[in-house]
Amino acid sequence: MSALIKARKAVGLAVGCGARSLTQLAELPELHQMMRQTCRDYADRELAPIAAQLDKSHTFPAKQVRELGAMGVMAVEVPESLGGAGMDYLAYSLAIEELSRGCASTGVIASVNNSLYLGPVLKFGSEEQKQQWIPPFTTGEKVGCFALSEPGNGSDAGAASTVARQDGGEWVLNGTKAWITNCWDASASVVFATTDKSLKHKGISAFLVPMPHPGLSLGKKEDKLGIRASSTANIILEDCRVPLGNLLGERGMGFKIAMQTLDSGRIGIASQALGIAQAALDCAADYAHKRTAFGAPIAKMQAIQFKLADMAVALESARLLTWKASMLRDAKKPFSKEAAMAKLAASEAATFCSHQAIQVLGGMGYVTDMPAERHYRDARITEIYEGTSEIQRLVIANQVLKEYQQ
Amino acid sequence: MAARVLVGVKRVIDYAVKIRVKPDNTGVVTDGVKHSMNPFCEIAVEEAVRLKEKKLVKEVVAVSCGPQQVQETIRTALAMGADRGIHVEVSGKDYDTLGPLQVSKILAALAKKEEASLVILGKQAIDDDCNQTGQMTAALLDWPQGTFASEVTIDGDKIKVIREIDGGLETIKINMPAVVTADLRLNTPRYATLPNIMKAKKKKIASVKPGELGVDLTSRLEVLRVEEPAQRQAGVKVETVEDLVGKLKEAGRI
Repeated sequence: MSALIKARKAVGLAVGCGARSLTQLAELPELHQMMRQTCRDYADRELAPIAAQLDKSHTFPAKQVRELGAMGVMAVEVPESLGGAGMDYLAYSLAIEELSRGCASTGVIASVNNSLYLGPVLKFGSEEQKQQWIPPFTTGEKVGCFALSEPGNGSDAGAASTVARQDGGEWVLNGTKAWITNCWDASASVVFATTDKSLKHKGISAFLVPMPHPGLSLGKKEDKLGIRASSTANIILEDCRVPLGNLLGERGMGFKIAMQTLDSGRIGIASQALGIAQAALDCAADYAHKRTAFGAPIAKMQAIQFKLADMAVALESARLLTWKASMLRDAKKPFSKEAAMAKLAASEAATFCSHQAIQVLGGMGYVTDMPAERHYRDARITEIYEGTSEIQRLVIANQVLKEYQQ
Repeated sequence: MAARVLVGVKRVIDYAVKIRVKPDNTGVVTDGVKHSMNPFCEIAVEEAVRLKEKKLVKEVVAVSCGPQQVQETIRTALAMGADRGIHVEVSGKDYDTLGPLQVSKILAALAKKEEASLVILGKQAIDDDCNQTGQMTAALLDWPQGTFASEVTIDGDKIKVIREIDGGLETIKINMPAVVTADLRLNTPRYATLPNIMKAKKKKIASVKPGELGVDLTSRLEVLRVEEPAQRQAGVKVETVEDLVGKLKEAGRI
């Protein structure tokens, strides 16, 4: 009986984030519509035309990142006093989705800067740290990155083997971080290292490390399947020294910082996946109208129609989950479960939609003349980074089971 | 420093949308179709905002005539940097028959009421392509006009306008107050930044009825029929120049 009441309470909490919020699910407020439009215009005119070239040449879109910085998109949630746009997470989610629809690489560059770098500094940084480490990263001149994963552990974040020890007035970091997005273009990183191995995950701490920096070197850029305009590589720390004041939050708080940061980051990646899925759907639907076979546009064929319908449903469901997670976070309610659901649904929608888009395009879907193949390659990573789909399922199951705690 | 610039912004069907003619041929389909600010109006707003940033004008007022939806267009102008908006309420049949004559009367009345020293408009709207409102507004106000502007420089109480004309570029100098219409190459409009979109929310949009401005909305024009352009015919390939000349003569073209 009590379990049922608890479960009902959980549902009530989720649904009751305010009547205004539910209306937002149906139609966005004017402010959000305007900012979505400006991001869409930018993506259509400035990102979409160059996305294929950026992908082919693996080029970081520095000019576009600066322009997005000027628009406030590189620091959506950061308060105006620190140089950001001072908007909410729903606005951020919309921005990342629209950018990713034009160029998925640009989407992840913006998402990592917003959620994984500025996020933790904003939430856990001291006033002094916020003043030092935030404003230069809001303009698009500088981007940040997030160094949690290691060659030996990705999902198993608690098993960090990068160490940090105190020596005089400095922290000395040693170890290797892997799969760090933005690292070749970044000017700072939030680095997770263990300050006490015996405490396992409770011994991990977070540090702010400028880049470049003595003792910090970068591995070779990974040659990835997709999101190739963003750089991904190892960060190697060899007696990398930073002042004591570079500790973010408290000693031993690192794991908590990482998990909370990833909760929000998941909304960013979900948004990126939505953008990729939408681009794939746009491509497929447009092609279906134009391509004729058996005497009529293929849009008239049920096989194609059913695919488009399935794509649209997957996309819209994931979008609503993402918006809900954003709105819960904005209302300062718990949102871990919803964020994990959004990321899981959106990333699977992205791979599904881009897979089906290639199928609709047939041979044209397999060549670089059309963007379908790029969406397919870009989509794949969304099921892996910032928490694999398997980890998302664990997070969701964990939350669901808690609601029914015996 | 000039006090006030009035910028006209028109809500039109988005340039990227495929236009469809209504089955009864009375007009084009607008229901559920994406609308946005006329691209030349965007350029006009951008120019006005730049003048304000250069401190050559004190206030930019965005004006639009139409039903409730045009407030979105005004808000976009506010997000680009205009200071306040005026929504001239025109709806229903009046909106269907609204054209350059009525709009220019409205703009002239507002220019006087707001004591504007400069009116900047897009050279034409992409839906009707009239290219008349700017010229009519200037005539009604008895103000000089600098149309098809590709460059505007304020010099004291005069404006130097470089105009795009068939033969090239023409430079004129006109006294303020004046009307300027923006051509494509005048500037590249900015994207509304997120902070500016936030600020736009707080800016005021006043509503006014054409009657209050003493303007009669009766149209002098009647749309008889709207049709799709003729379908493009396949071309014909010929072997020699003589054949080409022969074919052109046959078609009565030369």
